[in-house]
Amino acid sequence: MREAMDPWTFVAASYAIGVGATLAMVAWALLTMRRAEKRRDESRKR
Amino acid sequence: MHGFANPARFLRIARWLMPLCMGVGLVVAALALGWGVLLAPAERLQGETVRIMYLHVPAAWLGMAGWMGIAAASFTELVWRHPLAAIAARACAVPGAVFTAVCLVTGSLWGRPAWGTWWVWDGRLTSMLVLLFLYFGWMALSQASQSSDGTENRAPAIFGLVGAVNVPIIHYSVIWWNSQHQPPSITMGKSAMSGDFLVPLLAAMVGFTLIFAGVVLARMRAILADQQAEARLRRKAFSEVEF
Repeated sequence: MREAMDPWTFVAASYAIGVGATLAMVAWALLTMRRAEKRRDESRKR
Repeated sequence: MHGFANPARFLRIARWLMPLCMGVGLVVAALALGWGVLLAPAERLQGETVRIMYLHVPAAWLGMAGWMGIAAASFTELVWRHPLAAIAARACAVPGAVFTAVCLVTGSLWGRPAWGTWWVWDGRLTSMLVLLFLYFGWMALSQASQSSDGTENRAPAIFGLVGAVNVPIIHYSVIWWNSQHQPPSITMGKSAMSGDFLVPLLAAMVGFTLIFAGVVLARMRAILADQQAEARLRRKAFSEVEF
């Protein structure tokens, strides 16, 4: 007997993980860039 | 290419190119995924689960493209000692690893309803998992080989070139060996796919590629800024010791 599975569960899980990981990576890249450039600018002022 | 060897010139370009790539990429990827989920038809055999393809295929492409970026930057570093090459390689590593991981997870979620299993140890899946481990190894080696002045990049560059042998293995694995995974649907200039699936898939690939480019540029800016701040603080410390 074949197991009945709701395909939308798998689609939703894929999109949640894929989109979530992409957005988290974009946010991390922007945040680390801002912090590093701020640190560089502060080192110029000293 | 040596025209971009000057970090100041690179930064002038990256300052407007990075937000442009990221902004356009996010919009195009969001529209493509919305199209894939809401408007594209279900597939005759796979049904609704085919919608996972609009995430899985761009992630697979960018996982491999990330390593090819590392390999190209490594070659440039070893041959021409381009000052931005090692920075570009380091910037490709995290987005490449993230997209490889997304490819593996979404592939597993697609495999369960399509094949009846989360995982099989066949050529395609195993070589993609090896790629993820190569990324981890490369990042660890790159971190460990950074000398105090940030100039020791030869070991990760050699690893980056040697690891590139895995990329054609991933690509041809479904042709060389029996696999649960289907053979490539899109080859140079040809597609076995209907336009209903192909157009949103290509749009998603363009969108995610632009996001990848934006993240790489942001990482390069961050690494450059860190190196500049370190160099300045070191110079200051030396000058204080001298006087």
